[in-house]
Amino acid sequence: MELSVFGIQSTTLMVVAVITGLGLVAAALVIAGLISPRSFSPQKGVAYECGVETRGESMMQFKVGYYLFAILFLMFDVETVFLFPWAAICRSLGPNGLISVGVFLCVLILGLAYAWRKGALQWK
Amino acid sequence: MFNFGVFTEWFDQLLESVMPGWAATVIECVIIGVLLLAVYSVLALFYIFYERKLCAWFQCRLGPMRVGPWGVLQSFADMFKILIKELIRLENIDRFLFALAPYLVIVASMLSFAVLPWGNGLQIIDFNIGVFFMIAASSIGVLGILLAGWSSNNKYTLIGAMRSGAQMISYELSVGLSIMTMVVLAGTMSITGLVEAQQDGWFIFKGHIPAIIAFIIYLIAATGETNRGPFDLPEAEHELTAGYHTEYSGIHFGFFYLAEYLNLFIVSGIASLMFLGGWMPFHVPGWEGFNAVMDYIPSVVWFLGKAFFVSFIIIWFKWSFPRVRIDQLLALEWKYLMPIGLFNLVLMTLVVVYGLHF
Repeated sequence: MELSVFGIQSTTLMVVAVITGLGLVAAALVIAGLISPRSFSPQKGVAYECGVETRGESMMQFKVGYYLFAILFLMFDVETVFLFPWAAICRSLGPNGLISVGVFLCVLILGLAYAWRKGALQWK
Repeated sequence: MFNFGVFTEWFDQLLESVMPGWAATVIECVIIGVLLLAVYSVLALFYIFYERKLCAWFQCRLGPMRVGPWGVLQSFADMFKILIKELIRLENIDRFLFALAPYLVIVASMLSFAVLPWGNGLQIIDFNIGVFFMIAASSIGVLGILLAGWSSNNKYTLIGAMRSGAQMISYELSVGLSIMTMVVLAGTMSITGLVEAQQDGWFIFKGHIPAIIAFIIYLIAATGETNRGPFDLPEAEHELTAGYHTEYSGIHFGFFYLAEYLNLFIVSGIASLMFLGGWMPFHVPGWEGFNAVMDYIPSVVWFLGKAFFVSFIIIWFKWSFPRVRIDQLLALEWKYLMPIGLFNLVLMTLVVVYGLHF
């Protein structure tokens, strides 16, 4: 196991960091709740759209262009997961590892080129 | 170099001599949590001041001058002011998601903050896949931003969140690729290992051409990933009021602000860790006297100095370039940075496999 500061396991310290983050937000919200003023009027509760009244639903279906990039991102992010372990040991794999990963990268670059030709990277 | 691990080991033994092992561990965890919290908040406040002063100087102004000498207490005053501001109760929002979003944003930045090595033996989380963990932890933040924009039930926040999401995930790829390029050179994913591999020369010198290309790609992509200018489309104030956090008020808004500045520190810290040697001092081979003097500077000063230097460059970007459009932004990433990054990875592999680096 990986030991870190004080000889504690890193996994434990990760939990400590998460709790610290949650505690920071919770504590600040409690303090703010205690000392900040509070008042209510119907005008305050509506969405702030620069003084114009909200028309229609705001939680709606949205432009598909963003999702296209999300799908492309998924493809390359999975690639990152595969490449990182190789990157850590590529020195000991030598030229053979280079060739096999080169084939893998070629497939990826072809995929990117295909998306490019298809116009997926063009913002419409 | 002085190893801070000596100090923590001594403290650990001191605690274990007066109490059972589990109690010592609990006390140590509490100390780590409190330290993390203190350093996190102070650093964020310092960064707010740092950026305000720098942007003032770039524009031939003085910046904040009233609170404390040279205005150094300005961000503390701002923090107190933001705490006593009203938290407005909104009507048509998704309350659960609205409340959840700041937690996600803060926890993501806290996790990646805890991974950074501050000095010799001063590192909290130290996995053997530290780099991978760091990338994974920092990408939780985009979830918080998407939730904040969606749950606010406001058209501006929705557009801001969508832009932010598309931008952050796109630029994350280039950040990952340039980090991977350096992992190829180092041959390890452990952060301690990465820093120790730079003892006889920082990676930007060791890896020469591919390392410099990776550094430039990293700087551009990190600016994009932290939603900072010239890529600050998510909060383009003249078109989207304030972007995804329009509906947040008081300290609720403060969390996003805090996390934004902390993310600036984190990306600068990663840049100094990956390219500029982390806490390793600057050595010139052969200059024994010079190297000995450099060794006297504490490792914390080296790390912070490098991180502040990289932040200076990123802040300089913001105040020098006009904001780009969304199509230009995505074209820059997918048509330029990404292919260059992939070819750079192959180039670095060739350099490493055939031993062409220093």
